[in-house]
Amino acid sequence: MSATEPGFGIYLHWPFCAAKCPYCDFNSHVRHDPPDQARWARALTAAIAHDAALVPGRTVTSVFLGGGTPSLMAPATVGAVIDAIAGHWRLASDVEITLEANPSSVEAERFRGYRAAGVNRVSLGVQALNDADLKSLGRLHNVEEALKAIGLARETFPRLSFDLIYARPKQTVEAWTAELRRALDFAADHLSVYQLTIEEGTRFADLHRLGKLVTPDEDTAADLYEATRGLLEAAGMPAYEVSNHAVPGAECRHNLVYWRYGEYVGIGPGAHGRLVLGDGRHATADEKVPERWLQRVETQGHGRTVDDLLTLDEQGDEYLLMGLRLAEGLDLARFETISGRALDPSRLADLTGHGLVEITPDGRLRATPAGFAILDAIVADLAA
Amino acid sequence: MTTPLAQIRNFSIIAHIDHGKSTLADRLIQACGGLESREMVDQVLDNMDIERERGITIKAQTVRLEYKAADGQVYTLNLMDTPGHVDFAYEVSRSLAACEGSLLVVDASQGVEAQTLANVYQAIDNHHEIVPILNKIDLPAADADRVKAQIEEVIGIDASEAVPISAKTGLGIPDVLEAIVKRLPPPRGEVDAPLKAMLVDSWYDTYLGVVVLVRVVDGVLRKGQKVRMMGTGATYEIERVGVFTPKMRDLTQLSPGEIGFITASIKEVADTRVGDTITDDRKPTAEALPGFRPAQPVVFCGLFPVDAAEFEDLRTAVGKLRLNDASFTYEMETSAALGFGFRCGFLGLLHLEIIQERLEREFNLDLIATAPSVVYQMTLTDDSTIELHNPADMPEVTKIEEIREPWIRATILTPDEYLGSVLKLCQDKRGVQIDLSYAGARAMVVYDLPLNEVVFDFYDRLKSVSKGYASFDYQITDYRPADLVRMQILVNSEPVDALAMLVHRTRAESRGRAICEKLKDVIPPHMFQIPVQAAIGGKIIARETIRALRKDVTAKCYGGDATRKRKLLDKQKEGKKRMRQFGKVEIPQEAFIQVLKVEG
Repeated sequence: MSATEPGFGIYLHWPFCAAKCPYCDFNSHVRHDPPDQARWARALTAAIAHDAALVPGRTVTSVFLGGGTPSLMAPATVGAVIDAIAGHWRLASDVEITLEANPSSVEAERFRGYRAAGVNRVSLGVQALNDADLKSLGRLHNVEEALKAIGLARETFPRLSFDLIYARPKQTVEAWTAELRRALDFAADHLSVYQLTIEEGTRFADLHRLGKLVTPDEDTAADLYEATRGLLEAAGMPAYEVSNHAVPGAECRHNLVYWRYGEYVGIGPGAHGRLVLGDGRHATADEKVPERWLQRVETQGHGRTVDDLLTLDEQGDEYLLMGLRLAEGLDLARFETISGRALDPSRLADLTGHGLVEITPDGRLRATPAGFAILDAIVADLAA
Repeated sequence: MTTPLAQIRNFSIIAHIDHGKSTLADRLIQACGGLESREMVDQVLDNMDIERERGITIKAQTVRLEYKAADGQVYTLNLMDTPGHVDFAYEVSRSLAACEGSLLVVDASQGVEAQTLANVYQAIDNHHEIVPILNKIDLPAADADRVKAQIEEVIGIDASEAVPISAKTGLGIPDVLEAIVKRLPPPRGEVDAPLKAMLVDSWYDTYLGVVVLVRVVDGVLRKGQKVRMMGTGATYEIERVGVFTPKMRDLTQLSPGEIGFITASIKEVADTRVGDTITDDRKPTAEALPGFRPAQPVVFCGLFPVDAAEFEDLRTAVGKLRLNDASFTYEMETSAALGFGFRCGFLGLLHLEIIQERLEREFNLDLIATAPSVVYQMTLTDDSTIELHNPADMPEVTKIEEIREPWIRATILTPDEYLGSVLKLCQDKRGVQIDLSYAGARAMVVYDLPLNEVVFDFYDRLKSVSKGYASFDYQITDYRPADLVRMQILVNSEPVDALAMLVHRTRAESRGRAICEKLKDVIPPHMFQIPVQAAIGGKIIARETIRALRKDVTAKCYGGDATRKRKLLDKQKEGKKRMRQFGKVEIPQEAFIQVLKVEG
């Protein structure tokens, strides 16, 4: 397997949360009654069997249990789906199995169970190391709990990452770098650091529209971004993707599948996949509403509602917008194979001339540090 | 059957916008039973959507009413609805020439406005008998005595017998009808003389082809008759003859004094010239009617499709519009910045706006209009003279001996309190004061102004400095030498030809600065800094810099986001189609429009 081989990943979506965070636009649902874990385990297992028949013979390099809040899953449910995956495909010897978890004390109690079920990496939604901000972000944990959960996770799992959100209202560069330095004291070998984004349809979007939530302006956001990259790079965790930092070698293998535009199966309410079938690359998506998804799987064996064959232009655009997010960039020859076209040389020359992208001697196109900050504009410029 | 001349009255209605002309016309039609009430829509005579929405009349319309007067006789009343804007002054003059009298409608709370004044003077020039009508008399602010005094003072006609009405409620409408019959003169004409009829207006009807509105002066216009247009020399056989009631009603003939329509397999409106004389081909009249002149466009601008692929659609659309509006001219133009489009000529700025709006609305096109330009005259060093319609065609400075620009005489009526601001505006626009007089609390200012200064934003600014109370009218007077320079706008160091304009040397710097500031606001930040400059020759006179983007990247993008982000990218591509690529810079369509609106 070459250094930039995408691999083959399985994504499983657990759609339930204890509470909806005001910034989150993911497919998450709050239910009064706890879901029937056994019934969900059966449905997920059935859906895995269905997709295994579609793309058989692959070697699974990663599994990712995302959400929602997958740390609300019973360890037995997690065990059931991992066993189902292992029963249908071959697992790579170094397979990465990640579970997203909230750093609350209740969920930390289940860590041992997850580890026993086969999970070897957790990603904790810490988000901030400051109680006031945690509260305004709608998180149910406090700093103390978060730090305890980090400690327990480091003892329990071989690998650990946690998430932080910056560019919060009124946040200064000084306050943020101090918080980030403290986070580094607790970090293992991976951090995801996101700029707070106002997404349509969230509570924050409403407040933002009303002027009750003011996010930092473009210049401050750029300063915060640069400070983050500088600090983490100096600490030995350079950005390998726009918002993801790792000690070299500790990158999240599963997310690399997406950014390297590999093949991945998406199972569970609202999950997306990219499957390479006989006629080409398919974009798939499952029914979003949990109860309906469950019903579909129980009646027809799968929860799929979208299955589109992608055109060459669409695949090219996707590889471009995913691939350029990585520090390693994208492979120009592979881009041409996937999209059936070459990137416009005059646009490339412009972007190179402005110092926003560079082409490496081994034929890869990648954004420069200046380019990363305005990557969306670069992608729009190069897209079909 | 021929109506005796003594039983005919031909009249037009003169009024300022919003003073109630169309409503009065609606009431007169109703009172004479021209339409059932279920057929009445507001402003019956304004057919085009644009006419109803803007409250203006673009095409002349006529309606024939049968009115049984107090003296027991039945009269034929021909109501001519005339265009009400300075851009269509020539069309107004022809409509007025087709009538013997006018109703002067004045809002009893607002008084006489400049535009009313111009049309009333034209009516007086056409020897009209004028009956003043005081409308909106039911409003609390109405002041009949003050407005009567103003009419007498400003216009110089007797207003003692002005008819007080409320077109809205119908109050006084019978008095208007009686005044028309008693106070307006009947037409004169010889039924046995050779045919002499005036072409008042024409328009294109999808079913009938070109419909021509005519006023018969002498002789008889019959179905099947072979007629000749004296201005163009073309001959046609009359297919249909009739009148509007306001529905079309066919007749066999039209006699002296009558107003009606004809159709004659005429293909284009351009084949019919407003003011032309129609006569019998075999037995022509010796003398054409006076006052005929072809329409002359005075304002030009380039119209380009936002999406270059729509050029053919634009070509079809301008062709079709021209069928219906012969005063609008076009020829193909190529711009380095905007690609293929048309250089179009208009009677004025309102005409320009109407045409652009009709092209966008009726033909579903997105257009970029370049800066409007007047027609300049130039004497070159080799003694030849040229007319310049497009700043892009300006010869090298060394080859120009003299540039002359058109001047107008503007009449502005304004309440006293805004006089200072109005005078300052006229001075700022290089105006020369000719006259200043008072009528009550209103001042009347006459200024000579370069048309070039007026086409930009004069009317908008006049309205804003006078809170909408000043009214304005103008006519083109002459050409005068001018110290004009061609100003280029450079975006990212490349000249954008569509933004080039001729400006007076003393105004160049402030206008250049204003345009650069505006472009800085409307061109979105790019991945690199963009200088925006105004230049005369090689000399930069103003400069702004559009900052570069600093942060534009999606924070989270995982497997579940690929589809959404790709669709977002597709939307961005759609948005880009509405931008124009200039070298490496994308300029939104809006920028071209905004630049026209800068003050400076």
